Amino acid sequence: MSSTVATPAPPFSPTRDAWRRFRRHHLALAGLFVLVLLVLSVLLGPLLWRLAINDIDFAAQLKPPTLGHPFGTDDLGQDILARLIYGGRISLAVGLASMVVAVVVGILVGATAGMSRGRVDTALMWLTDLFLSLPQLPLLLLISYLFRDSLKTLIGPEGGVFVMIVVVIGGLRWMPVARLVRAQFLSLREKEFVEAARALGASRRRLVVRHILPNALGPVIVAATIDVANAILAESTLSFLGLGFPPDIPTWGRVLFDAKDYLDVAPYWALFPGSLIFLAVLSINFVGDGLRDALDPRRVL
Amino acid sequence: MTPLLSVRNLKKHFPIKGGILGREVARVHAVDGVSLDIAEGETVGLVGESGCGKSTTGRCILRLIEPSSGEIWYRGQDVTHLEGEAQRALRRDLQIIFQDPFASLNPRHTVGGIVGEALIIHGLAKSRAAIEARVVDLLETVGMRPDHMRRFPHEFSGGQRQRIGIARALAVEPKLIVCDEPVSALDVSIQAQVINLLEDLQEKFGLTYLFIAHDLSVVEHISDRVAVMYLGRIVEIARSRDLYDNPLHPYTDALPSAVPIPDPKVKRRRIPLTGHVPNPINPPTGCHFHTRCRIAEARCKTEAPVLRQSAEGHMVACHLRG
Repeated sequence: MSSTVATPAPPFSPTRDAWRRFRRHHLALAGLFVLVLLVLSVLLGPLLWRLAINDIDFAAQLKPPTLGHPFGTDDLGQDILARLIYGGRISLAVGLASMVVAVVVGILVGATAGMSRGRVDTALMWLTDLFLSLPQLPLLLLISYLFRDSLKTLIGPEGGVFVMIVVVIGGLRWMPVARLVRAQFLSLREKEFVEAARALGASRRRLVVRHILPNALGPVIVAATIDVANAILAESTLSFLGLGFPPDIPTWGRVLFDAKDYLDVAPYWALFPGSLIFLAVLSINFVGDGLRDALDPRRVL
Repeated sequence: MTPLLSVRNLKKHFPIKGGILGREVARVHAVDGVSLDIAEGETVGLVGESGCGKSTTGRCILRLIEPSSGEIWYRGQDVTHLEGEAQRALRRDLQIIFQDPFASLNPRHTVGGIVGEALIIHGLAKSRAAIEARVVDLLETVGMRPDHMRRFPHEFSGGQRQRIGIARALAVEPKLIVCDEPVSALDVSIQAQVINLLEDLQEKFGLTYLFIAHDLSVVEHISDRVAVMYLGRIVEIARSRDLYDNPLHPYTDALPSAVPIPDPKVKRRRIPLTGHVPNPINPPTGCHFHTRCRIAEARCKTEAPVLRQSAEGHMVACHLRG
């Protein structure tokens, strides 16, 4: 029978197909380029730009961009470029890691609620509503007050704070994802192709992993990219309240916050971290858009 | 001879919940006591208006919907409450073809993935190559080309998609296929092709069909016997010819006269049905049809008629006819 396959089938792989669709999405391609550039520069930057991030030089206070300090200096004469390169590692890592936490928790809760009828669903949605209605700032205060020190001694000062911030930010942002996933599950569960798989004897696990979840991911990807942006900004809020990283660690949010008192004399100080956050968020959003379309074989493009 | 499939007094009531406590405030009597025998190799048509419970009956038989009560017997074995491995094994014998060829294929899977999934689930083919060979085989059986397996459902027309759905059902070598209005979403010219394909497959594999439809001419063509449903109950079962030539139930009486004849010169006796189908949340007492029946009497309002033999192979649920 297999002799009939002799017709030259075009080489096909879902990954290559998805990449082809992604490439057609010009904004997504540009976004990916910028994102890779950002990641590379925060990773490799310190090797090329060797100024220390905490080299205080009162002779060079609030200097606008020059060759020696391409992004200018802050009120202590510290080089802003060096600080942003260093802080970018933390900001991007916090943003991406928090997004992963939020999305994973959200999918778990939403999928469980969407697949089970009755009490489990009701209980999980109550939990989601509860989290949504919690005042976040006092909760953040409480959590970091309780766990900050023990985490610090457990994993070390920077790692401890990183883990705490990621868990706190991700742990308070999974609710929209959970609701989204549940709504998608509720509608997809009744679709005929899911029924067909059920009629074929597919296990629950197979139904979720192969049929329902892949079709539910589109809106989740979009929500996830927005979450990255929110997490980067949330981190700066936390740092400002003294709950995040110590003030001498220059995350993007932190630098932006420090710059706000000097907007009139040194606008560049705020401009650079602001633009970087903007660029990162925008490019992640575009990549998310492209990813959503690339993963959808119906898109011919 | 025991029938391949027996349905006994099948009921499906969907609860409607309301109020703060989510208590059941009403129930939809979608299927209200259906009994049906299907012999091996025959095609039983199941007709009725929209919302009369045809599809729900089909899905209950496959346990895609849990029946509220009643029994389903397959080859002399009560399969109403099978679970786990036993149910999975049964799913190899009972399959379904859906109405909507667009909703019934996963848009993210290739045709090969869709048709081959059952082989993976039931371990019917050991290697990738074996799966592929079997998928090619199945696609050719339903009249598609082998290279179609690399494409996605959205690249095909409705008729082709329906063929893919049929190939998927055939993958497990089923004995009985519930065809849930398999052609009503297709163009008339394509309908004939799919019907012919179904008939060819029946002959080739000795399949048994439960053919659900609301198009009487299609059902008459393909079915050996036809069961007419009204509001969750079967009102008449007869051999296809008998039902059309000699309808007994006043509802069945009215049905063929509603089928348009494509010839303006042909005059015929029309028996119009008045009123609408009553709400299945609160079906009429006694005979469900008495509210629209031309010949109803007092006892039709109080006493539900049972399905009884009127002639050889002809059963009807009416106090007054048969």
